[in-house]
This record gives sequence, structure tokens and C-alpha cells, in this order.
Amino acid sequence: MQTLKFRHTAKRRLSGKKQNAIIGVVASGNLEVLLERVLPDAACEVNIVTPLSGYDETWKAVFAEFVEQSSPGGLLISINDGGARPDTVYLRLMQGSALMEAE
Amino acid sequence: MEDAATSSRASWFQATARQRVEGLLDPNSFTEFLTPSERVRSPHLQLFDLPSAFDDGVVIGRGALDGKPVLVAAQEGQFMGGTFAEVSGAKMVGLLRAARDHKDLPQTVLLLMDSGGVRLQEANAGELAVAELMRAIAQARSAGVTVIALVGGRAGAFGGAGLTTATCSRVIVSEQGRIAVSGPEVIETNKGVEEFDAEDKALVWSTDGGKNRRLIGGADTFAEDSMAGFRAAAKALMAKVPAFDLKTMQAEQERLATRQKRFGACDDAVSMWRILGIKEPEAIRDMDSKEFAALANSIKEANHDAR
Repeated sequence: MQTLKFRHTAKRRLSGKKQNAIIGVVASGNLEVLLERVLPDAACEVNIVTPLSGYDETWKAVFAEFVEQSSPGGLLISINDGGARPDTVYLRLMQGSALMEAE
Repeated sequence: MEDAATSSRASWFQATARQRVEGLLDPNSFTEFLTPSERVRSPHLQLFDLPSAFDDGVVIGRGALDGKPVLVAAQEGQFMGGTFAEVSGAKMVGLLRAARDHKDLPQTVLLLMDSGGVRLQEANAGELAVAELMRAIAQARSAGVTVIALVGGRAGAFGGAGLTTATCSRVIVSEQGRIAVSGPEVIETNKGVEEFDAEDKALVWSTDGGKNRRLIGGADTFAEDSMAGFRAAAKALMAKVPAFDLKTMQAEQERLATRQKRFGACDDAVSMWRILGIKEPEAIRDMDSKEFAALANSIKEANHDAR
């Protein structure tokens, strides 16, 4: 298993009050994303556990794009990957942040 | 927020465990025990270089169905085939034991089965979990708890999940739900293709599938494959279940012995349906849910208080 960690400072704190959300399933071509509002200010961190190695740059690029688009300040994001493609990863991240903003 | 995946028309078969819980229960009534944030995960999967899940593939908690309090456990069939393992099994066992011991907890437990059986990477723990779960269900029923199995997921209810389902007070199945102990490939591998051809999907689905299970008395209610279908079925069954006593056990023994005698020589589902007195058994495969549910309700063998 490979673990990756990326830290960002988002433009602002993510809106909404929901403390936790989970989306997706650890299955082939899919992934599980747990979002927790536990970090201070606009800090954002992602921890990824994936069975595939060698895709560090791809993960980094997808996560940077997500931070740019949704500004997930305050979120600790934990991912259990089942070998998802980058578009699926991006979709789940956006679904997850939408869940956190819903309430 | 109205979500297409949990709306009343959404497919039960396609949904995830969490979507099923949300679609089945009253809106916003669910409180999860051991949430994903607590990270109660499999301690074994990383040894096999496999990814774990934050809930180990089982969601447990309490909520309400049509205003009545219920406990719920839902297996996630897409994660490792919804398998019984150390953590996923313990969560279900714990829920049943809690219902057995604490009368202030809801006394109805809904088990949303979706499992291929025991997780092979944690086989000993998984086998133990199945045995403990069946014992916990029997003890809970004995203490007056109603335990209802809902089967309609992608993984079906095979191996220990099939055994667990058969231990419940009542069973709900949809056409897509399959209930059995040995899966088709297991039978073919051990007994040969002449015994059971796992490639013959029509044979597999007509034998293990929901319609046959309902007709030969393995399930008590046939649900349409939707959140509303399973919700309506659970609501109806929760109202009244047979007593769990010696008389029920003896009736179940007799029912199974009679079934073995009547259908033991059949080599496919259609010949069983013919023995049941169904005039056009070949037409059953294409029958829609409503028509089929009405037919099943008229068959004597399919409706009983044994279990």
C-alpha cells in the first residue's frame, strides 16, 4: 500500500456546518472519501491510501484542482482508494464537499 | 436535499449500503453507531496489501421506519463482497446482542444483507462471526426481538449470509436478491458442471433468485426492487411475527422435511413450480413484481409461520 499526504491553504473556509461526510465505496475503480471539518482556518489536508504506486503526480494534480475549484478550507480528507481513475476521484471530492456544504 | 440515489423509486440493487439505509428509514431518523470517523477498520487487510474501509463494509445504527424505532445493520456488497470478517461481523453481532439485552433499545432489527459469505483473508474470524451472529439472532428472537432480513443486493446472500438470513424471524427478497449457501461456482467446482452450470445464468437466477425463494417458502415477502418496495415490505412484516418457541421450530423442521420430499428429485426451479400447482410455470420469469407477489401470496407452501 502506498500512502500520500498533501497539504494546502485554500482561499477560504468551506461554507456549511456539517462536521463529517462520507461518499463512495472501496471497490474496483471506486474510492471512499471521508471529509471531516477539523482543521483551523483555511488549512486543508488529504491522506490517501492506495494499492497502486507511481501515480503521485496525478493525485497531486487532481487534489490541487479540487482545492482551486471548491476551496475546502478546514477539511481533513481521508481516502481509501480501490484503483479509481482521476475523473472518479475528482467527482467524489466534489460530491463530498457538496455534502459538507449542504447543511 | 432530494437525492436520486435514495429516492423512493431508486433501485435497491444498485444502491450502496448507506443509500439503502437512507432510502429505507424515515428522513433524517438514522443515527450511526461506530461512525467512519471512528475508523474501526479491519486489522488484517493491510497485511495482504489490500485497502480497508472506514466502516469495514457494515453500517450499523438506529432509526425509525414509519415512526417505529428500529435497529439497522447494512452490509456493503461492493466492498470485499460484503463479507463477514472480524470487524464487520462484530458490528452485526454487537447490534443483535444489544437488542437482546437492552429493552430500552428498539426491539426490531433490520438486516440489510448483501454478502458473498466469509472474507477469505480473515476466514477464521469470519466463520466465528457467522456462528456468533446466528446464535445472537436466535437469542434475540428468543428474548422477543423481531429480526428481519432484507435481501436484494448485488452480492446476494450466500454462505454465512444465506445461513444468517434463514435464522431471521422473517425474510424479504426482491427478484434480484439471491439466497443460498454454496454459490453457483462453488457447486460447479465441487460437484461438476452436470450438477450445476454456473455459466447458465437463467438456471442460476431461477434457482437462487428471489422468485424461487419466495415460492418455495424461503422468503415471506416479495419486494419490488426499490426503496419504496423494501420499505413497504418491512413495514408490513414488522407488525406481526411468529413466536420463537419449540412449536415454531418443530413446524420449521416439518416444513423443510416436506419440502425435501416434494422437490428433492427436481433438477430445476420450473419443475418445482409445476409441483406447486402453478399452471404456467415458464411464465413466472417474465412476470412483473405486482403480479408475481399476488401469485406467491396464493401458494400455500410459500406462506407459513414456521422459521
